Amino acid sequence: MSLTPHHLQLNQQGQLRHFLTIEGLSRELLTELLDTADSFLEVGERAVKKVPLLRGKTVCNVFFENSTRTRTTFELAAKRLSADVLNLNISTSSTSKGETLYDTLQNLEAMAADMFVVRHGDSGAAHFIAERVCPDVAVINAGDGNHAHPTQAMLDMLTIRRHRGDFENLSVAIVGDILHSRVARSNMLALKTLGCPDIRVIAPRTLLPEGIDQYGVRVFNDLRVGLRDVDVVIMLRLQKERMQSGLLPSESEFYKLYGLTRETLALAKPDALVMHPGPINRGVEIESEVADGPQSVILKQVTYGIAVRMAVMSMAMTGQTTQRQLNQEAN
Amino acid sequence: MSTLPAVDSLLSSMADQLRAHLDARQISDPAFVGIHTGGVWVADALHAAVAPEAPMGTLDIAFYRDDFEQHGLPQRVRPSELPFGVDDRHIILVDDVLMTGRTIRAALNELFDYGRPASVTLVTLIDVDARQLPIRADILGASLALTEGQRVKLTGPAPLHLTLTDAATN
Repeated sequence: MSLTPHHLQLNQQGQLRHFLTIEGLSRELLTELLDTADSFLEVGERAVKKVPLLRGKTVCNVFFENSTRTRTTFELAAKRLSADVLNLNISTSSTSKGETLYDTLQNLEAMAADMFVVRHGDSGAAHFIAERVCPDVAVINAGDGNHAHPTQAMLDMLTIRRHRGDFENLSVAIVGDILHSRVARSNMLALKTLGCPDIRVIAPRTLLPEGIDQYGVRVFNDLRVGLRDVDVVIMLRLQKERMQSGLLPSESEFYKLYGLTRETLALAKPDALVMHPGPINRGVEIESEVADGPQSVILKQVTYGIAVRMAVMSMAMTGQTTQRQLNQEAN
Repeated sequence: MSTLPAVDSLLSSMADQLRAHLDARQISDPAFVGIHTGGVWVADALHAAVAPEAPMGTLDIAFYRDDFEQHGLPQRVRPSELPFGVDDRHIILVDDVLMTGRTIRAALNELFDYGRPASVTLVTLIDVDARQLPIRADILGASLALTEGQRVKLTGPAPLHLTLTDAATN
């Protein structure tokens, strides 16, 4: 699925100006993003957790789909960069997608925002906005349909890098509803780009997308085989609405086969990291004792998420600034 | 064009000045802070010569620059590291070349986000007499008069060496 040509995300000098997908981004750029996030992580430990980088800029969080964690961490990230933040929660229930997006765009343009953080239930929504809104506005994808959630992927990469150093010799397993997961897609792309040699996806056949092979991953239907000797386990949230669609027999059946428990985690390396994008369903995809256990870095992921979003925002703003100057010089 | 001074002799004179400064102010527990990248090298040398027991930190002022609107973030930003409490601390702030003073302005702002130091002493290896802000070094290696377009740069970390570049010939 190639919704986003990579050049839309980059300026003429190859700097990030929108952040829509991991697809098409180089290892160098992802590494630069992680390095920058490392520096922002240190800012979060100071007495004053704020830097003046985006002073006077306006960041609009445009959420067509509910999300507490993602929206609040984006909001906190923008505030720690000294930007002004506007939160727009827009229900998609009454109007059709095209009309809603179009109307919203016009309103946002009129507010002279410098950056849009967009979450939308439809794949490709952020891409649509990046193409249609005035080009000076940086668009950050905070999750679009089943397509991509690139800031989540990068905070997962930062978590792995900070706890394991690099990606060269790692086995990473992604477990659960791969089919509907934008997190899984973005993570597979990011791990591949950063040079992870063994990416495994573990899911029932009904929850695997077609063409999964194109990601260069190994597919397992049996959790007990797939988890063997992995360094990192990334659990995905099981969306309960999937039960109704007949893709899964029952919650308890899923937990029995694919739940991460103390027993199944023991198959991984003894110090394997346990990760989860949240919100977690205790007893549905992960046992409480594992989620709260010594190998879990689930809450660290939230902290790292703020630093990653600060890095993405300041890099995209840099790319926009540079492009504006290039345009002026060309005129 | 004048020849550039040797860094080693500048450092030894700066170390003497710094010792005298600390004595005169009765500062017994300073902390050193070097500004990336050249300032860290100079701070390392002075730290070793003057007060090797004192804590030592580094600042990357990229998040505090006043030209983000023009240039954005540099490609490489290192984490600042101050492994000591800044509150009530006498800080020896070290940079390599004092030019416009804007880097020092940014460094002071960043420093104050860590706490409220008792004092800040500014130490620089070179002052090229191009200040745009009311910022002056307390301890200085040497002043250099540059012609239009000339820049002086410290290379290192070992050996430390000053080089002159000319924008016109580049």
